[in-house]
Amino acid sequence: MATEASHYYVPNPSLYPFILSVGLLLMAAGFIFNINHYAVGLWMLLLGFLCVLYVLFGWFGSIIDESESGKYKAWEDRSFRIGMIVFISSEVAFFAAFFGALFYMRNISVPELASFDPNFTMYKDFLGTWPTAGPGGMVLGMEYKPPQFTPMAAWGIPALNTLILLSSGATVTWAHWGLLKDNRRQLVIGLFLTIALGILFLGLQAYEYHHAYTEMGLTLGTGAYGATFFMLTGFHGFHVTLGTIMLIVILLRSMKGHFRPDHHFAFEGVAWYWHFVDVVWLLLFVLVYWL
Amino acid sequence: MTTAAQAHEAHHDHHPTGIMRWLTTTNHKDIGTMYLVFALIMFMVGGAMALAVRAELFQPGMQLMRPEFFNQLIGVHALIMIFAALMPAATGFANWLIPLQIGAPDMALPRLNNWGFWLLPPAAILLTLPFILALFGIGDGAIATGWTFYAPLSVQEGIGVDFAIFAVHLLGISSVMGSINIIVTIFNMRAPGMTMMKLPLFAWGWLITAFLLIATIPVLAGAVTMLLTDRHFGTHFFNAAGGGDPILFQHLFWFFGHPEVYILLLPVWGFIPHILSAFSRKPTYGYKAQVYSFWAIGILSLVVWAHHVFTVGMPVPALLYFMYSTMSISLPLAVLFFCWIATMWRGAMSFETPMLFATGWIILFGIGGLTGLVLADVAADAQYHHSYFVVAHFHYTLFAGGMMGMMAGTYFWLPKMTGRMYSEKLGKLHFWLTAIAFNLTFMPQFFLGLAGMPRRIPDYALQFAEFNMISSIGAFILGLSQLIFVYNIVSCIRGQGEKAADKPWEGAEGLEWTLSSPPPYHSFTVQPVVK
Repeated sequence: MATEASHYYVPNPSLYPFILSVGLLLMAAGFIFNINHYAVGLWMLLLGFLCVLYVLFGWFGSIIDESESGKYKAWEDRSFRIGMIVFISSEVAFFAAFFGALFYMRNISVPELASFDPNFTMYKDFLGTWPTAGPGGMVLGMEYKPPQFTPMAAWGIPALNTLILLSSGATVTWAHWGLLKDNRRQLVIGLFLTIALGILFLGLQAYEYHHAYTEMGLTLGTGAYGATFFMLTGFHGFHVTLGTIMLIVILLRSMKGHFRPDHHFAFEGVAWYWHFVDVVWLLLFVLVYWL
Repeated sequence: MTTAAQAHEAHHDHHPTGIMRWLTTTNHKDIGTMYLVFALIMFMVGGAMALAVRAELFQPGMQLMRPEFFNQLIGVHALIMIFAALMPAATGFANWLIPLQIGAPDMALPRLNNWGFWLLPPAAILLTLPFILALFGIGDGAIATGWTFYAPLSVQEGIGVDFAIFAVHLLGISSVMGSINIIVTIFNMRAPGMTMMKLPLFAWGWLITAFLLIATIPVLAGAVTMLLTDRHFGTHFFNAAGGGDPILFQHLFWFFGHPEVYILLLPVWGFIPHILSAFSRKPTYGYKAQVYSFWAIGILSLVVWAHHVFTVGMPVPALLYFMYSTMSISLPLAVLFFCWIATMWRGAMSFETPMLFATGWIILFGIGGLTGLVLADVAADAQYHHSYFVVAHFHYTLFAGGMMGMMAGTYFWLPKMTGRMYSEKLGKLHFWLTAIAFNLTFMPQFFLGLAGMPRRIPDYALQFAEFNMISSIGAFILGLSQLIFVYNIVSCIRGQGEKAADKPWEGAEGLEWTLSSPPPYHSFTVQPVVK
């Protein structure tokens, strides 16, 4: 039923979306059982992950085949472009939730906890200065004492990471220029550099996390500061990981001779994603590390 | 609007048969059908839960169930009705109608479209599985916090909350994928000459809906993710001991939750004008005004969320801001009401079932809107908050405004989708039973709320007994009369009833009526040209 008669390419029936949904169901249920200490959870999680992996290879594989066999023309290309823009917009909204939580805690809930009438407050010695691990109290039936911790300084590794990610934005653009000029060498070197910078960034983030947990007393459970710090940088790091994997796929495809100067949405989609991740980092650097 | 002839070549109908057709389909009508059938099934499931709730509330005292189970029922009822009945119904209509109305060969991203649907059954399984697990001694049942997941209750509760969190994640992915597809389709797949300002209002309504989903669903995903880490990974987002705040959750939730109301309503506001204009045999009044009102309401809905939590202790300037911004939504909404009524003004009206539902809808949704204004008043809200007044209000907006709108659309486009006319007699019976039983169910709840009956409580004081009994009787009539609806749809699908003409409604306008009933498997293999 691939519609040769119609101008727009409607793909053949495909089982991948269904398998992907089953995989996600298994992963979700498995994760729930796992965190609630049922042994079966881990196996469901693994099985679901295998389903998802199978679909990622199969589904993207068939898209690449369709693209390389010339089924996507300008009209289909425009669909992918608009779709990617909308998808990245939804990612912006996702990060906005966590930035919103950060602003709320810094500007509303923490100052308020410190501002109660001294005669009535539970939090007498709490100053409400940022960064904070909170005033302490009961959490899920257990006493929580705010731990001593050192906040993450901006002008060490984080500043270096900013430089690294900004450079990777430049190298991916340089690779794009190479693709537009049909200069394969520039394309491949540019992509390789971008991936190398991405991995370097992730390595430094991992080192920073390790340092925070082992020496700075800063963990996910370190009150308002720890929660927002690790959730924001953690989700960002997760997105950098995804972006790096996508860039590796694009690099492999470039080395196989895929893409033409006038037909390379996959490259551009990934580049857009990479720039988005870059911009999120700049916000993180200013709002989480620096200020 | 005129169209070029559409070539329909039979040999393009190849697709797998049996169950594989539905598992693998990339066809917008197949996917639309699955969405609609799923919505109908979940509507009955959610309705059964509501009836169990009303049975418990038939008399004061504890009759049928433990209070924990009652709490689980109300929460899962709401989640199912919102996420698994109303939203899929709207998406099903979008899949069916938008390509037909804008002259497209299919949705822009057909495989993604299928994924969007197949995420829904897993989400429904996750929502309801804890009920079954509890029978085997695993966990203590489904989420019992109400659909709003408020912390700290949702942080303390059992495994049901985890299941609901991941159900929301899957539903969220589904909504985002569906929205991407609809936005791309509307921007990229319109027939030549179909400019944005000639777009059918249903497509406009859905476009704004899709924008709202893209802006808010990820925020809900973020909020429930914070909930998950608070529950299992030691964060303190919603606990004052760590510097967090349970009220933070309410803000994040309602930043999603209020636009969600318009997400449910905008598709209905989109297709009501089609129905009113068809049965008044007049063009839609104020097309531009309606489009601009959609935009105004969509944008305003993103900045009014805290009117859901007026009583939580906000500073007075915040209360004033959220009160006035909420009330200002009534201005574009009043424009819409005016346009709907003006569309009917001096029309040659006839009252087939879709028109009965559409006109009844205007009145009942009007009651929902006006009682919303009352709740938007900070001073008055202090009395109404968390009472049965709120329950009555949002059932007027979401059952009357949402579900009955969907029913109007179903009767209007069912002949087009199935190629058969439904039974007009049964359709009218369905309308009158629904409209009367609906008011019987929910009108008393306004008074219960004013008299001080709180929501989400399985027992109540003796003075509320009569009105609760009336409400429960109404609810059972309402629930049972939906079986007529199901029967009408099923008999159309099974090919009973008269054959429907290509354009079964004399006054109907739009590209979808230029196709056969039912339309060919591939809608517009050659795009029509709109003049």
